[in-house]
Amino acid sequence: MSDKHLSTQFDSELGDVSSRVMQMGGLVESQIHKAIYALSEFSVESADEVTAAETKVNAMEVEIDREISSIIARRQPTARDLRLLIAISKTTANLERVGDEAEKIARMVRSIIQSGSLRSLPSMELRVAADMASGQLRKALDAFARLDTATALAILKEDDLIDREFDGFVRKLITYMMEDPRTISPSLDLLFLAKAIERIGDHAKNIAELIIYIVKGADVRHSSMEQIESAVK
Amino acid sequence: MNMTTLAAKDEQTKIAVKNLDFFYGKFHALKGINLEIPENKVTAFIGPSGCGKSTLLRIFNRMFELYPEQRAQGEVLLDGENLLTSKQDVALLRAKVGMVFQKPTPFPMSIFDNIAFGVKLFENLSASDMEDRVEWALKKAALWNEVKDKLKQNGASLSGGQQQRLCIARGVAIKPEVILLDEPCSALDPISTAKVEELIIELKQDYTVVIVTHNMQQAARCSDYTAYMYLGDLVEFGATEQIFFKPSRQETEDYITGRFG
Repeated sequence: MSDKHLSTQFDSELGDVSSRVMQMGGLVESQIHKAIYALSEFSVESADEVTAAETKVNAMEVEIDREISSIIARRQPTARDLRLLIAISKTTANLERVGDEAEKIARMVRSIIQSGSLRSLPSMELRVAADMASGQLRKALDAFARLDTATALAILKEDDLIDREFDGFVRKLITYMMEDPRTISPSLDLLFLAKAIERIGDHAKNIAELIIYIVKGADVRHSSMEQIESAVK
Repeated sequence: MNMTTLAAKDEQTKIAVKNLDFFYGKFHALKGINLEIPENKVTAFIGPSGCGKSTLLRIFNRMFELYPEQRAQGEVLLDGENLLTSKQDVALLRAKVGMVFQKPTPFPMSIFDNIAFGVKLFENLSASDMEDRVEWALKKAALWNEVKDKLKQNGASLSGGQQQRLCIARGVAIKPEVILLDEPCSALDPISTAKVEELIIELKQDYTVVIVTHNMQQAARCSDYTAYMYLGDLVEFGATEQIFFKPSRQETEDYITGRFG
């Protein structure tokens, strides 16, 4: 933020908490990448790394919330400072959930590897969707750091794409399962995987909404695209 | 700036300020102020020292006439009547528009007489009616339980917070329509402050309350509307919730978030 408070201590507290959110975001992003790698390479090792990072992500969420409570108690923030802190608290909750989804993917990958017979299933589409979701999250975090509402709006518009990808994938899985009932069990794993990826996209969308909340003071959750566009203007 | 009008339609304007300019000698202390203060609400004026908020408050009961070489232009309508040009007796105006100051100012007399004094100027009450009125005012000011057994004691024997509530009771006793509070809590400890703030919220049921405060959190806690002033300009006026959550002017945001200076 360019202009400063009279209290430089307050500035540095807000700066610290913002950069910790970015750190947490970075950690969660690398969890997703490892989960995607584990999925495309059927790597148990990468899947285990995702699970191992989970504790750290959880600890960061708790730590950031503690800092936020302390700032609110001591500074009584108002206006954009208040909105920023509320949004940070919600962003960390979303990031923690993204971490959970990455962990879920890792768990599924392990289960699929253990079951043995997978290579014939359409995991390629999943990788495309996963890249899309992690790209959305990356964009959301960048936009959060720059408080960029134009990018936030673009993310909200693109969320549809991931949802459509998910629907298409489900239809394809159903065909596979009908053709060969032996693929039902691994297909169900893939379905849960796809759901996890779709959820990551949703969390990126929530973060994008929070950016608009910070900058414009407008709560655009559950709003139509027209309402969101007019709020951003 | 355009006339700031009230968002809610069911609110009556108690005091309307129109194109008000105010000078102390050559110093232009208030510049083209337009403002509508709603009835039965608490309106807070905030802003850094010297922004004109106390000056504006003191115009509402013509307290400003005590200062030399002052001059007011424009209109200040109390229930539609311009009090700047009104021939109305200033004592009657001040009975209608009461004021409480920064430092508690009890008269050097008993608690009872502190309250009865003002009432006697305007009304001729029997002894028992006067007792009722004093009790009523002290109850309104949330002081009755603390002083009911020592009404004959000197007002100055009370604590600072009690003295301030005594002054509020004194103002309330003559049944004004508007109560002006000029930094009423700046000399009080947090507990007395909390009591006075409770009282402010209670008072708005019967009166229109206007408060000048340096304590922004106090404005946030107990007002319905907030006006932010700077260097004699009214920068922004709006619902308190909006001013403290998403002010529309950058200057207001900078001030309330502590980025000012």
